[in-house]
Amino acid sequence: MIFWQKFKKQKSAVVAGIFILLLVFVAIFAPFIAPYDPYATDYSQAMMPPSPQHWAGTDIYGRDILTRIIYGTRISLSVGISSVTIGAIVGVTLGLISGFFGGFLDEIIMRSADVLFAFPGILLAIAVVAILGPGLVNVVAAVAIFSIPTFARIVRSNTLSIKESLYVRAARSMGASNNRIMFVHIMPGTLSSSIVYFTMRIGTSILTASSLSFLGLGAQPPSPEWGAMLAESRDYIGVADHLTVFPGIAIFLTVLAFNIFGDGLRAAFDPKLQ
Amino acid sequence: MLKYFIRRCLSILPVLLVVSILVFLFVHLLPGDPARVVAGPDADEATINRIRTELGLDKSLPEQYLTYMGRLFRGDLGKSLSSKLPVAQEIALRFPPTLYLALTSLAWSIIIGILFGAYAAMHRGKWQDYTAMIVAVSGISMPQFWLGLLLMQLFAVHLGWLPVTGFTGKFKELILPSLTLGASVAAIIARFTLSSFLDVFQEEYINTARAKGLPERVVMWKHAFRNALIPVVTMVGLQFGFLLGGSVVVETVFAWPGLGRYMIESVSVRDYPVLQALLLLYSFQFVIINLLVDMLYAVINPEIRYK
Repeated sequence: MIFWQKFKKQKSAVVAGIFILLLVFVAIFAPFIAPYDPYATDYSQAMMPPSPQHWAGTDIYGRDILTRIIYGTRISLSVGISSVTIGAIVGVTLGLISGFFGGFLDEIIMRSADVLFAFPGILLAIAVVAILGPGLVNVVAAVAIFSIPTFARIVRSNTLSIKESLYVRAARSMGASNNRIMFVHIMPGTLSSSIVYFTMRIGTSILTASSLSFLGLGAQPPSPEWGAMLAESRDYIGVADHLTVFPGIAIFLTVLAFNIFGDGLRAAFDPKLQ
Repeated sequence: MLKYFIRRCLSILPVLLVVSILVFLFVHLLPGDPARVVAGPDADEATINRIRTELGLDKSLPEQYLTYMGRLFRGDLGKSLSSKLPVAQEIALRFPPTLYLALTSLAWSIIIGILFGAYAAMHRGKWQDYTAMIVAVSGISMPQFWLGLLLMQLFAVHLGWLPVTGFTGKFKELILPSLTLGASVAAIIARFTLSSFLDVFQEEYINTARAKGLPERVVMWKHAFRNALIPVVTMVGLQFGFLLGGSVVVETVFAWPGLGRYMIESVSVRDYPVLQALLLLYSFQFVIINLLVDMLYAVINPEIRYK
């Protein structure tokens, strides 16, 4: 409950949290909210600026941009959340094992993390996509892979300190198994920092995924993915500015919300603050 | 000090080794027969066989790796599949534009980032602090390609002040791409500088300085500034990797004739020797820059080297 009280004080984080809930709502109920069909082309209405019929205007094929952005929420949220969840599950498990058992296993896991760190994130993603081929599923795999090492490091360092605490020793003296100690006694203590990183990471993942789609390596047209929409708009700069503006705002606000929310969580979890 | 440097240098060797093995295996991870992939989709059986022998693909993997590394040390990175020119030559041609872009971006983002961070720290809890940090968190959340498109739209297309795309060596052409590339780095540095200053403000020597009646200006710039910058140095180094990654996106937006755009082009035409060489180059650069940052850190912070 102290957590909730501390979190409530971060007004901007609360607003960001509400915005994220709203995004989830929009993503789930997209077909009921969106005014048009995201794939229906209408060349007589191509590249129309914002108007009462089309609030965000229409694209080069006459598709309603607002509708496409609404459907794009589904893609961005699911890519962001699924990739980080996969990365977190693998990373947290590896971090627990690494910190708990130490020794040879620890060496192997941490040195592999070092190697993953040797590739700047988006380049690693490009390499993965080059191997697996372009497409959203492969982008999810790529982003998941490079979320692993940070989760592993965070959880490992937490595990190292919790391992020595009295309650863990007590559990051990009562004959608890390694698995039980790792997952029931140690893991909950590592959760707060993992959750903060998880939230921040979703923002980064959405950014990376949309960048890859923009580069033509992720979602392919006619998918209403935000980055892919911006890629389509690139040839019409100066001709139809609204094509560039709205999908960008969608990415920006979504990532911003996750970052501010993550900042708020960190402040609420951090015992040093207040 | 020397001992620390040597130890640190040796510690990156295993990382470089594993990275080189991974990059070497990259071609083998591709679906299908590597010889067929390298030969291209229209090659006949004879060409594929010739390429297989030429690349030594009929030998065992460890043997192939040694041959690959041997050629690497002689500066032979293979030939580009699309241009048929040596990859090393293609890379040398595109390296300078990327370097100019990265260095210009880094330079302005360090200066602006530190100034913003220090300014916010001086006005902790006031509107200047909040404004600086809102700008910073927005900078982090801004997709680079979108920022690039917006800047291009405004300053190049509508106002006509700056060239839209391309690079022929003029400073004017560097402005928009480096603003785009540096924005998020500047934001990250600003946030980090702020928190570093706030840590330093807790120190006893700051209290002492204030207690003996020094003006806040002197406390800030003479006592706090240098100490607050120590952790920022590490952060700047880490951001260089981010810049390398970002250059891929920004170069594509601005049709910049550098390595980043070359990488995307080679992905789309499946030019694997080029891709392999670029992956190796980028990751080696990244590891070595981190090494240099660590050393610089040891030079400015004596605590590290005596550990």
